[in-house]
Amino acid sequence: MSEKLNIEVPTMAEMIARGEEPEILFWVGCAGSYDERAQKTTRDICKILHHVGIKYAVLGTEESCTGDPAKRAGNEFLFQMQAMTNIEVLNGYNIKKIVTGCPHCFNTIKNEYPGLGGNYDVIHHTQLIQDLINDGKLKAEGGESFKGKKITYHDPCYLGRANGIYEAPRKALEILDAQLVEMKRCKSNGLCCGAGGAQMFKEPEKGNKDINIERIEEALETNPNIIAAGCPFCMTMLSDGVKMKEQNQNVQVLDIAEITVRANGL
Amino acid sequence: MISQILFIAITLAAIALFSLNLKKVIRNIRIGKAADRTDQPQKRMMTMIRVALGQSKMVVRPIPAALHFVVYIGFVIINIEVLEIMIDGIFGTHRVFGGLGNLYNFLIGSFEILALGVWVGCAIFLIRRNILKLKRLNSPELKGWPKSDANYILITEILLMTAFLLMNAADAKLQDLGAHHYITAGSFPVSQFLQNLLPASEGSLIAIERGCWWFHILGILAFLNYLPYSKHFHILFAFPNTYFSNLEPKGEFTNMQSVTNEVKAMLDPSFTPPETEAGRFGAKDVNDLSWINLMNAYTCTECGRCTSVCPANITGKLLSPRKIMMDTRDRMEEVGKNIDKTGAGFDDGKSLIDSYITREEIWACTSCNACVEACPINIDPLAIITDLRRYAVMEESQAPASINAMLGNIENNGAPWKYSPADRLNWAKEN
Repeated sequence: MSEKLNIEVPTMAEMIARGEEPEILFWVGCAGSYDERAQKTTRDICKILHHVGIKYAVLGTEESCTGDPAKRAGNEFLFQMQAMTNIEVLNGYNIKKIVTGCPHCFNTIKNEYPGLGGNYDVIHHTQLIQDLINDGKLKAEGGESFKGKKITYHDPCYLGRANGIYEAPRKALEILDAQLVEMKRCKSNGLCCGAGGAQMFKEPEKGNKDINIERIEEALETNPNIIAAGCPFCMTMLSDGVKMKEQNQNVQVLDIAEITVRANGL
Repeated sequence: MISQILFIAITLAAIALFSLNLKKVIRNIRIGKAADRTDQPQKRMMTMIRVALGQSKMVVRPIPAALHFVVYIGFVIINIEVLEIMIDGIFGTHRVFGGLGNLYNFLIGSFEILALGVWVGCAIFLIRRNILKLKRLNSPELKGWPKSDANYILITEILLMTAFLLMNAADAKLQDLGAHHYITAGSFPVSQFLQNLLPASEGSLIAIERGCWWFHILGILAFLNYLPYSKHFHILFAFPNTYFSNLEPKGEFTNMQSVTNEVKAMLDPSFTPPETEAGRFGAKDVNDLSWINLMNAYTCTECGRCTSVCPANITGKLLSPRKIMMDTRDRMEEVGKNIDKTGAGFDDGKSLIDSYITREEIWACTSCNACVEACPINIDPLAIITDLRRYAVMEESQAPASINAMLGNIENNGAPWKYSPADRLNWAKEN
């Protein structure tokens, strides 16, 4: 169901060639583009956009890393090089509105690009889903039933604490008729999955535990059927944690977009 | 008369000494680089009122919040009493506000109840630190001076409150005896229970009353001068620190203007960067940090809420955001002493990075902002960690090998992994 993508994904270049303009640009991000697990989420975001009839486009091969991991790692040069190059592309296409599939891209484009000449209305895909639900364009019907399922949502740092977005992803879960359970550390007190600040790309420092194990233990304490995520890096860390705890038969780690697609049978 | 002169002399000396030390502290903060945090004054004022005055971020942990609130309110309100002590001390009067009648009785009665609250609060704090040994209050970075500092503060407050109550008990007894000078004033809901512990003779009672009065005021003046050496500075710095705190989303890291100029020049050969003073990229030492970072360090009261929520610290890594703040203060004070001794520009061969904060610490950070969120007075350890990383990466090219590989990938193929940019849209095609 969520594996195949039977829809055309338009690129900006194609759209401009046809003399059209998208309502919104879907910024896929590196993980969403290359990481196999995150690619599923990417395709699901496209399905949602297609389903509700929003005219969207992606940059495709013209997209490049936002520079987030470089900036968090301390390489401001590389960050600004990436940022200014991307801003040139985005401004060249006269982009006004962007939806991202990754909280890190979201944070960087929304907060750090304006100072470098990139001013866009930026939302994360969970906010898009929330808006669509509020507008009555998206429901939870015609697909898999989540009735009675226990779902716990893990707040990504760069969506939650970094930008104060706690309700949008929960909204997408509330309409499912599932049982939402919060972890002890949630919302502004949420515990990082361990991937932020460029940790995704390196081995952790010496310690007595991996951060994702600490987090997954807390998630498993809620006895969930599903752990919901909103970030491709969290997805990796949480999925690895579930595997390490040998719970992958009982517990699924799913992105909010995947859950939405399933609930609507898209 | 002699006691009046003595009182005035000691008070002036204490205030002068404090001003001198405060000046030094401000000088130390100014070692840091300029940063403009004067925008949105109304929002800043509201933040200060809510966070510092209203202690809104304390409520996350209800037990210490309640205890701290009692001590805080007690401290602030009982200081009204200091005003009376000052006037009495200067003019040789006794309970000069006593003429306020019932209002005075109400005030003194409230002070006594608050004093008891402070006494009990501090006693519980001491128990939490030294007997229950709460993990947050017994981390490795607190060994030695920081631990003693905390205990000294609590013991001093208990002694000050004890003196205040004993003074009142002796005073009330003297009032009953009709002793000369001791007008009938005040109500003593707490100290009445201490009266039986006191001797009956007027002479001894006067000695106790005077002794406690002097102890109370000298204690306060001494405490004032202890602040610059102590973590307890937060009682003053919490206010400017919250006023000048970051109002932008926590995820937003500053864009370095010096880098923007260079990158613009690289991308556009016709761009001429404005003349700016050459500086280091990132922070090697405290003088590379901003004055905000340094004020943060003086403000830190080492409560450890940051460290107790830090994912790296929780999982046994070396990083402790509290230690970042303590190290920054220690190093800043060391640099300050160097300036006192040998003038500015002296190089002692040490730096904040390596001499105080290790590479292992800064690379363990996930930049998750939990420490920033947890700080009850809006201190930002992450800003310091980021600047140290910037120095390590941009000035020294010293990062963990895997980080360098990631940076190389972004540079060469626009993604942190080794994938071809040509494959970026494969997710849409393959299935």
